[in-house]
Formats: sequence, C-alpha cells, structure tokens
Amino acid sequence: MADLDPVIHHSPLGDYQARRTVHPKRIDGPFRRFKWLIMAVTLAIYYGTPWIRWDRGPYAPDQAVLIDLAHRRFYMFDIEIWPHEFYFVAGLLIMAGIGLFLVTSAVGRAWCGYSCPQTVWTDLFQHVDRFVDGDRNARMRLDAAPFTWSKVARRAAKWSIYLVIAFWTGGAWIMYFADAPTLTRDFWSGDAATVAYITVAVLTATTFTLGGFMREQVCIYMCPWPRIQSALMDEHSLQVTYKDWRGEKRGSVKKAEKNPGEYGDCVDCNMCVAVCPTGWDIRKGPDISCITCGLCIDACDRVMREVGRPRGLIDYVTLDDATSEAKTGVVRPAWRNLLRPRTIAYFLIWGSIGAGLLFLLGTRTHTQISAAPDRNPAFTLMRDGSTRNNYTVKLRNMQSRPRTMRVSIEGLPGARMWTDDIAATRAARELEFNVPADQTASLRLYVIAPRGTGSQEFSFDLKALDAEGERDSVETQFQGAGGS
Amino acid sequence: MGNKRVDEPTGIETVGHEWDGIEELNNPLPRWWLWTLYATIVWSLVYVILYPAWPLLEKGTEGVLGWTSRGELALEQNAEEARRAPILQAIAATPIAQLPLNADLMAEAVAGGAAAFRVHCVQCHGENAAGSEGYPNLTDDEWIWGGDLPTIEATIQHGIRQPDNGATRMAMMPGFGRDGILPPTQVAQVADHVLSLSSSGPANAAGAAVFATNCVVCHGVNGEGLRQFGAPSLNDAVWLYGGDRAAVAAQVNAPRHGVMPAWEGQLDPATLRMLAAYVHSLGGGEEFAAPPASTTTAPEVTPESAGTNGRP
Repeated sequence: MADLDPVIHHSPLGDYQARRTVHPKRIDGPFRRFKWLIMAVTLAIYYGTPWIRWDRGPYAPDQAVLIDLAHRRFYMFDIEIWPHEFYFVAGLLIMAGIGLFLVTSAVGRAWCGYSCPQTVWTDLFQHVDRFVDGDRNARMRLDAAPFTWSKVARRAAKWSIYLVIAFWTGGAWIMYFADAPTLTRDFWSGDAATVAYITVAVLTATTFTLGGFMREQVCIYMCPWPRIQSALMDEHSLQVTYKDWRGEKRGSVKKAEKNPGEYGDCVDCNMCVAVCPTGWDIRKGPDISCITCGLCIDACDRVMREVGRPRGLIDYVTLDDATSEAKTGVVRPAWRNLLRPRTIAYFLIWGSIGAGLLFLLGTRTHTQISAAPDRNPAFTLMRDGSTRNNYTVKLRNMQSRPRTMRVSIEGLPGARMWTDDIAATRAARELEFNVPADQTASLRLYVIAPRGTGSQEFSFDLKALDAEGERDSVETQFQGAGGS
Repeated sequence: MGNKRVDEPTGIETVGHEWDGIEELNNPLPRWWLWTLYATIVWSLVYVILYPAWPLLEKGTEGVLGWTSRGELALEQNAEEARRAPILQAIAATPIAQLPLNADLMAEAVAGGAAAFRVHCVQCHGENAAGSEGYPNLTDDEWIWGGDLPTIEATIQHGIRQPDNGATRMAMMPGFGRDGILPPTQVAQVADHVLSLSSSGPANAAGAAVFATNCVVCHGVNGEGLRQFGAPSLNDAVWLYGGDRAAVAAQVNAPRHGVMPAWEGQLDPATLRMLAAYVHSLGGGEEFAAPPASTTTAPEVTPESAGTNGRP
C-alpha cells in the first residue's frame, strides 16, 4: 500500500511533549493522615539518626549509627560490623529485596505510595508549594499568570525553601559517614573533606531537581521498580481501583435525580484527579502513574459522604475481589488477601534469613586468629637440623578495648615460636601479645620444630586474657624438611 | 502520517504505522528527555576538544588540555619518588648498625630491600631467598661470612671472590684430590669424618687424623668453621653443595667456589643497605656486637584494621 509509509518524517520534538505540571489539591482523610505519619517517621529517622549518641567507651566513636568508610567499620547501636562480616549487609539487602517482594505481592505498590524517598520528598515539596502559593486553583492561576514582580518574589521564596530542604537533605546524608557534631563544625569552618562538600552539592542538586521539579516523572519515566512490580503483582494484590461497575455511568447528582436508574455513583466531580500527586485519573484504570497512595480514596469517600452514597467507590481492592464484587455486589474484606501461600512463602524466606542473621550476630566472637604459612620457602632447614616454618598470623580484636591475647601451639611436639619482636632466644610454645582496641594485629611467627619432624597439621590457639576469655583456633600445616 | 487512528479502549492516538497488526500508542515522552540526549552530545563535543579522542594514523588527536595517561603516570611516579627521596637519604645517612634503632626506618629499609632483591638477587638466591644447591639459602641461620647487619652489608658491597674488589670475600680451598694432596682413600676417609661431625655418619678414626692435619686450620677442630676465612661450618645440617657422602667427597676432591658480584658501585648505598636489612630480616639474622636498645614494639597494624579508636 502506497500510503503506508513506514518511515516517519517529522521534527523529533514532535515525538515529545512538554510536561504538564501537576497541582494536587489538599485533601484530608485516613490515607492522607497515614501518609503524614509515614512522612514524619521516615524524615525524622533520616534527619535525626546521625545525632543519636551511643557510648562505646574511649576507643570507639560514640555515634549510634556510623558508616566509617575510612576505617572500614559500620556501627549500628550495639552492633559493630567489620569488612569481613559484610555478609550481614548482604543479608540485609537480600531481606530488603524479599521484603519488597512480600509487600508488593500483598499490598501492591504500597512502597511507592507511602515510603519511597521520592514520594516522601515530593510530598514534602508539594506541601511547600501549598504553603507558599496556596492550593490547587491558586497555583494553577499563578502558573498561568505572566511574570510580575509578585510572581518572581513568590517563585524565589518557594525555590529558596526547596533549596534549604535540599541542602538539609544532602547535609544529613554525610552525617552518617562521620561524627555528626564534628563534621558539622568542620563543614561550616571549611575544614571538612572535599568529598563531603561534593556529596552535599550533588545531593542538594538531585533533591532540588527530583523533589522540586521532576517529581512524578521519576516514577513514570525513570524508576525501574514499577516495571518490576507489575511482574510481582497478581490478582490477589491490593491496588487502588475505581469500581466502574458501581460508578458508571457518571453524572451529577442533579442529572441522577432527573433520570433515576440511568447514572452510577460517580458524580464526575474530578476530585480524584485533582488530589492525585501524579496527575492520573484513576477512573481510567491502573497505570504506571498510580503509586497507590490512596489520596483519591480519601477524596472520593468525602464526596460520597456529602452526596449520601456509600464510601468505597474508589478503594484498595484486588483484581480477584473486584471481579467477584462486580458480579455479586458483595464487598469482600481486603485483609483476607494478605494471608495466602505466596505471601506466607515470602514471609518465611524473609523471616528465616532474618533469624539466621540474628543467630549469626548473637553467636559471633570478637576474637579471631588466622594463619598463612609462607609458601616459598615452605621450610628452612636450620644448622642444628631443626626445621623452621614462617607464618603470617593475624589476631583480630573486635572489642572496643585493648586486650592481651595468648597464642599457643597445639600439637607439633617440641615446637617453639618467636616473632620479629620476641627474639629467638625467648622462643616458647605460648606467647602473649597486646592487641590494640578494635584492630587486627599482624605478626610474623617463626615456628621451629626439632630434627626429624615431618609434615603435619597443627593449630594455633588463641585465648583472650580477660574476663570473657574468648577463644579461637586455626589449623594450619607444618612443612617438614623431608618434604610432605 | 498514513494510518493514525484513535485506539478505542484507551482513547489514545496511535503513531500511525503497524507491523503485522501490531500498532503503537502515542504516549510521548516528556521533552526534557530529548534535551538530555542533546546535552550528552554537547558533552561529548566538549570532551573531544579537551581530551585525546580520535585515533589517527600516526597518533590520536591530543586535546587542548594536553592530558595523557602516560603523563599522569609520570606525575604519580615523580610524586612517589619525591616521597621516597628523604627516606632513602635517611637510610643512606644512617650507619647500618644504627638502623634497627629506628623501627620505622628499618621497616622502610626491609620493604625497599625486598623490592631490590627481586630485581638483583633472585636470579641466584631464588624467590624469597630460599637458595638452591651452590647458592646459599639466606633464610636460615647458617652464615659463611657472618649474619649480622654490617657483615651482610659488607658481603653485598664487596661480593664473593671478586679479584677486582680489594675488600671482597676471598676464600679458596685446595683441591685435595685433584691437586694430589690426598690420595683417594684419604679423601673418602675425611669425607666420612666430616659427616660424623654433624652426626650424619659413623666416626672414622683415619679420617679424623687426615682432618686434623689438613682441615682444622680453616674449618676448626670440630668443624665449626671460621667466618674470618669464609670456611663453612661442617658440623651442622646445612650444606651448600649437598650433604651426602658423595657430595662431600666431591667437594674435598675438587671444591667448587661460588662467586657473587660486588654490588658496590652498581647499586647506590641506600639500596645496598636496604638489601642487607631485608636479608637480615628473613629469619636467620644475627645480632651484632652492640645490639639495638629495644626491639619491643607494638605489633604491626594492618591497613585493614588501621585505627578506629579516634574520632573520624
């Protein structure tokens, strides 16, 4: 067909649209209050946590939550994680991942609607809009108005508040990586590390842009999570649903009074669209734009109350329940969907990983020894016919206090050892070392065994000489002069 | 545009083309998305102007900043050399006997010596100085010429059997069999006696008599050796040319004499000193007459664990 030209000839700009700013209207209701609560809690955690103090004694920082990258330590209240224990972090990340699976399969995009940082900060910035420029209609008027001094002043005021919040957000981030009071002082006196200023600048810029201007476009165009979520949800996952079987055909109260029976419950007031933070019309059905925050439910319930119709024209409903309700008219309670094999399985996986991590955390010791024998030369024959092997031995003191530790040779009859600092003349089967607080001491151990000692396994035993008396042991190989 | 139509269920216009019945709804991306594409193009243009970018026949375009990865490497190497210069100076200025008094400098010297050893010494002494037949193992406690720091340094400086170097370690053992000093039977007897000195074989009275007459001058009455002459001790378990009967007899018959270059003049004084410190550190190093005041220092702290006791 000649008119079916597969090649498109037009301006590339034509394929793109200018963004339509969303001006969500203020609304109150249970879901809005829940959002307030979540926002208050998450922001308080984010901004406040670094300032919580936690006494760990003189040898460790007193910040409750601290990611000390320079010294490779992660502090979280009573827990201190060393780099070799990174599996705890990996475990937490896996739990976070499975937690998202669990939440998504049960309550759909609740993460997006309530606790995603993008949602929380967007919500915060939209409140700033409302505070400076007024509610939806006022903002739309102001948007359309020509640039006058008053509009410029308002814009400047609004963006200044954006900037303060953004800067505060970036500033809070770096507090997790250093002692917060010290860093704050250093930051303002210009003594902080360059990376601190760069980080604050970058996060200020991203918060300002993503929270102040990009907003719902991050969810719609940039975020991969909604795409994955659509694969995780099924017919038993909660989503915000407009009950079209009840709402259609839309018509005002007056029209409905004139023609009883012709119109559904939806009075076509467009409140659900006006309050939507992403500008979606939920009556078109579920969409990637819908972050399921429930604000349209609040709006619709209020309208239904005013016109004297039952609430829940828009509600959290699963696809399965919606089908059944459309058929029978019986509203099934949504919580039934929470307990089903899939969510229970997710929960069990999630919980067993958590229980495993807790078990590991409770049983780990703070005293460890490792030994690496020299491979070349594997042994050295000494003048008196004895054989010497050299080991690099590390003593790990994970307590926040210096400790004396005793290393002893188990097995290997007649063997004695010395180090670079303890002369061969003082060689013994047991040596004591002072290991600094929260550090690993690295030793060169020279182990000498009498003439005729063959290759064999033996152990270095470690005992901390303190009240707890923690122990550890490492098995290693002694290479005899006769070969193995 | 050929075939645009409005899709019934969604109310959205299609883009106007179809492939095997598949059509695409026109849900346009926001315009800023396109601007980011243009921004990356501008970025790449700036990059091409500033940095080396286009490969040409001879060489690439250079970029107006003049940056090269080689130049960056040279800068880093210069910085590293500048960092090391005062350390090397300090090592060169410290007599080796005083070196252990400064634990930090000693640690630097051992590390520098390990690096130099891998360049200049492993060819004979082997990786990590384990040695092999004819090439002394430097990790044990047997030292032909002495194993304290100044002696090791002197050995490295002047070499072994270097006639051109006045202070070289020079030692010659006669070829007792080859030169006809001893008949073969006596060579065998004395070999047996030598082995008995380290309890590696039965006593041999005839061999003992030959040893007393011919060998004790250098090797000592009990075969304890004499470092002054570079005569190895024969009463221990360490053998440079093998410790079985045939190897010992062969050495008595026609001794092999190893050589080592005199490194003085080839390597700078700091490197020589560092090599000595490294060799001394391998586990068999001996104390010298005036031992260092204190060798008790805290255990080394690994980078992995470097202090968290202070505030960040």
